[in-house]
Amino acid sequence: MSISVEVHDMTVAYHRRPVLWNVDVTLPSGVLIGVIGPNGAGKSTFLKAVLGLVPIASGWAKVLGQPLSKVRTRIGYIPQRESVDWEFPVSVKDVVLMGRYGRLGWVRRPGPEDNKAAMLALSTVGMETYSQRQIGQLSGGQQQRVFLARAIAQDADVYFMDEPFAGVDAATEAQIVEVLRGMRARGKTVLAVHHDLQTVAEYFDYVVLLNMRLVAAGPTSDVFTKENLHKTYGGRLTLLVDAAEAVRTATAKQIL
Amino acid sequence: MNEFIRLVLLQDPNTRVVLAGAGLLGVCAGVLGVFVVLRRRALVGDAIAHAALPGIGASFLIFGERNVVALLAGAFVFGLLGVLCIAAIQMWTRVKEDAALGIVLSSFFGLGLVLSRIAQSTPGGNKAGLDGYIFGKAASMVQSDVLVIALVAVTTLVVVAFFFKELRLVCFDRSFAASIGRPVGMIDFVLLALVCVCVIAGLPAVGVVLTAALLIIPAAGARFWTDRLGYLVFIAGLFGAGAACIGVAMSAALPIPAGSRGWPTGAMIVLAAAAIFMVSMLLAPQRGVLAAVARRVAFKRKMSLEHVLRAAYEVTEDRKPGGFSWSINEIVRHIDGQAGLQRIINRAVRAGLVKKYIHGTRAGQYTLTDDGAIEATRLVRAHRLWEHFLIRHADIAPDHVHRGADELEHILPTEMIRAIELELGSTLPPAPPSPHQVVQGVRLEGNP
Amino acid sequence: MTQDAAMLSMLRGNCTIGFAISEYDLWVMLAGVLAAAACSIVGCFLVLRRMSLLGDAISHAILPGLAAAFLISHTREIVPMLIGAASAGVLAALLSGAMARYARVEESASLGVSFTTLFALGVVLIAFIPAGIDLDPSCVLYGSIEHVPLDTVVLFGVEIPRYIRTIAIVLIVNVVIVALLWKELKVVSFDAAFAASIGFGTAFVHTILVSAVAWTSVVCFEAVGSILVVAMLVAPGATAHLLTDRYPRMFVYSIILATSSAVIGYQLASALDTTAAGMMSVVAGVQFAIAALVAPKHGVFVKWMSRFLLSIRIRREDILASLYRELESQGAGTISLSASNPNDYVAACSTGNRYSRGLLTRISRRALRREGLIEEQLAGQLRLTAAGAEVARQVIRSHRMWESFLKEEVGLGPDHLHDPSHVMEHYITPQMRARLQSAYADRPDPHGKPVPPA
Repeated sequence: MSISVEVHDMTVAYHRRPVLWNVDVTLPSGVLIGVIGPNGAGKSTFLKAVLGLVPIASGWAKVLGQPLSKVRTRIGYIPQRESVDWEFPVSVKDVVLMGRYGRLGWVRRPGPEDNKAAMLALSTVGMETYSQRQIGQLSGGQQQRVFLARAIAQDADVYFMDEPFAGVDAATEAQIVEVLRGMRARGKTVLAVHHDLQTVAEYFDYVVLLNMRLVAAGPTSDVFTKENLHKTYGGRLTLLVDAAEAVRTATAKQIL
Repeated sequence: MNEFIRLVLLQDPNTRVVLAGAGLLGVCAGVLGVFVVLRRRALVGDAIAHAALPGIGASFLIFGERNVVALLAGAFVFGLLGVLCIAAIQMWTRVKEDAALGIVLSSFFGLGLVLSRIAQSTPGGNKAGLDGYIFGKAASMVQSDVLVIALVAVTTLVVVAFFFKELRLVCFDRSFAASIGRPVGMIDFVLLALVCVCVIAGLPAVGVVLTAALLIIPAAGARFWTDRLGYLVFIAGLFGAGAACIGVAMSAALPIPAGSRGWPTGAMIVLAAAAIFMVSMLLAPQRGVLAAVARRVAFKRKMSLEHVLRAAYEVTEDRKPGGFSWSINEIVRHIDGQAGLQRIINRAVRAGLVKKYIHGTRAGQYTLTDDGAIEATRLVRAHRLWEHFLIRHADIAPDHVHRGADELEHILPTEMIRAIELELGSTLPPAPPSPHQVVQGVRLEGNP
Repeated sequence: MTQDAAMLSMLRGNCTIGFAISEYDLWVMLAGVLAAAACSIVGCFLVLRRMSLLGDAISHAILPGLAAAFLISHTREIVPMLIGAASAGVLAALLSGAMARYARVEESASLGVSFTTLFALGVVLIAFIPAGIDLDPSCVLYGSIEHVPLDTVVLFGVEIPRYIRTIAIVLIVNVVIVALLWKELKVVSFDAAFAASIGFGTAFVHTILVSAVAWTSVVCFEAVGSILVVAMLVAPGATAHLLTDRYPRMFVYSIILATSSAVIGYQLASALDTTAAGMMSVVAGVQFAIAALVAPKHGVFVKWMSRFLLSIRIRREDILASLYRELESQGAGTISLSASNPNDYVAACSTGNRYSRGLLTRISRRALRREGLIEEQLAGQLRLTAAGAEVARQVIRSHRMWESFLKEEVGLGPDHLHDPSHVMEHYITPQMRARLQSAYADRPDPHGKPVPPA
């Protein structure tokens, strides 16, 4: 089994405050990977750091065995819903076409082939009838499906999804999981930040348990244990939080 | 020069009037500005001032001559109308605050220009009067203007003093204020109305374009000096008054170069305020930039000194008594790449933490003094305790913990070290053994 | 100044009379149209990215740059002006950024501090420019669009105003940039995190945009003055965003709006003998106000209207349902509206309705009567017709099935069922009714009343 994501001794600070300490993890490809942890555990930050969207304080991350800049077109990303301006004048199809922008590069416009790929992606998630709607007029679940279609249109090898099930009803969730399984069948890797512990074992082959540091990572059956969950969600780490706060106040006073 | 002396001694009654007016205006704007800036509405004052112009134009058009009451009433109505338009646009359309502000500000201002140009071209129109409202003409202030400003300033101060608690609450936490039953909307409206009145009273002196500066700059400058709202209001009022007086005095006293139109008072007031702001930003003791830079330098120095102390401890850790001296080279090998090591050690010597042997076989070598040894033990202890904590409770591999601890040893407060001790159980010796091999000369670096 | 005005009115000829437009007027209008178009294109992005105030700040902050460039070079040539203005604009952006970052001044306050200070500096510098040269305080406010045709150059053998050439270049550059970076600007503005993940740097796009705003402001400043540039930048884009949800259309609309505001503004200004720049921004503001009120989808009237129609529908259904209940309990289709019989439907009106009960009720009753759903016999006597009973039955059916649903699935107590169902009954679609009926159609509702047949 080849490696999708490799992270070595990665420490990440957000607004001067360390949120992830010394993470070391190697993830296989061709599996659905759940990134699990309590609120403020640094799950989103983990994805963003691997994608190079937040600076890494120390350590490094590689995707598909290469530094990120070499494999950007092989990476797909679904950000959190809050990062988007829903009143922006774009249609559903426009949004899905954005998935093609990465491989088009600067200046070049999408052509008929990209259009075809976008429509195909839309029909995969069952949203082709909405292609001309403005994105803000859809329900939360439909918006999430459109974003999934955009990811499909990217035709990437490794996908990073920040809470793909947030604000989504049960039927849509089931549909999204179906699409993710289809991706896995085609050899894609998906890393998804997930909240609902009930469904972890059902959805994911592999889990990464995070709480400011890596608690455990491995096949769900081995790692998703009561003991590890207790370590992830249990206390004992107030000191880590305090230390992060101490770093923040010490550096804030000196304007770093 | 004669001018200047007359000015300083306040011999000219006209100067006294102008200074009093501008000073009162500065106090009023500074005080209100604090709340406006804290409410994150710094640019609302700008919008009000611009939106007020059609009121002035309209009253010129209707009454022809300069009729102070009608002018101010017209300006007030349009200023308030502008604010209400901004609120209505945000509430009822999809247009966001920034665009609403921009549209209202510029189209009202355009209307004001249109009306005043029409007013100027009508026979008997007072041409000079209007431009004064756009750029401000403090020098032409008369006693009645000052009376209006004084009235506004007193009203503002009384209202602010009376509702101080409510204003603080609303500025700090709107939803909490609403939850305990304060009429948040009403308080906001009173604040806006006060700003409106103050801006309009300031129009003759500072002008439409720059009144906003009097609201924003003193308040933002005062913010550097204190964190207490009461002091903040006081300092901002002081700054406002100071800026206004300095600006007026400079524009009156500075010699006017040949060919120039004279110093524009409004702009000079704003520049004076900006100068006060700059000084505050640089020199304020806690939040000032220079103080922060100094703190940073001091911290860096402390950190490098502490690194040397810890290195001195670690290179002599396994030696027997009598072998505790060390040379610079040993330290260099231990902490790779520390620049200016000799200077740092000299500093340690001066601080009485390190002793240098001058004579004998160990001449040129160093050793920790008693104080230095205590300090070094404390540092090593903090460093290693933190490493142990990370390994035991944060599941971090032993070969990864060093660098994190390297930074934290300088920062961790004593109570936290105590908490870590409790967490680990107090079985560890004063400085517990390192959890990893102390590799000499090798730093664990990130990128491969 | 008076000589100027006299010369201008002479040159302008008889433009206020009828439609005879002189060549002079055409040049001035063309300058306005080109400036408005150049502004509106970059302005769309300012509106979409919520950076309108940056446009305001930059257009103010360039003043000292312009004044300094003039004082040094003694000309109004575009190159020194651009250099001066650009450096002032960059200074403003750096200053406010540095203050927010290093001195932790709140963001809008730092913007306010830096641009007002620079503007004040500009005003002071301008005071040093000898009177009579056309960079004076009134030029800062009004621009000098009326003077545009006076200074000409020869281009391809044709004599055109120098300013037309400059503003045309700016317009072309803006169009080319927007066309080249069409999709990049779109994706960065819509979803910056995603754009960064596919390698489109937000910072780069942002820099391009800010620079475009800066040079456009510099050049348009000359035509319309510092404050009215903001109207040209922000108003057309915001208006267009109210009119459409399509990305390309927003640009087309905003260009149309901007150019028409220039033409209309200039004509109005000529007619009223006032400042053209001021009038243009008034027209832009009026366009926005009209769109905000009557835009087909996002206008205030449309929203109020649909809310009003909804309350009428609810009131109608409430009237019909109450008559139906009356019918059920009395076995007769007539109820009295006299005071002695407190009419059920008024008491049961949805709460929090902002319209007066009397008006809504009267409108609803008239509509029901006209459509033959009720008959009004004597004064105040209502009777349900067969068609009305049909409609009422569906409402009651929704209401009672929803009550059953609330009791069974949500577990509400019997005294908490009526009010939510009374609201919900108006929103239950036929599809939802079909889904409810499989479980709840064939048995009485929680209060023991029968669910009427479909």
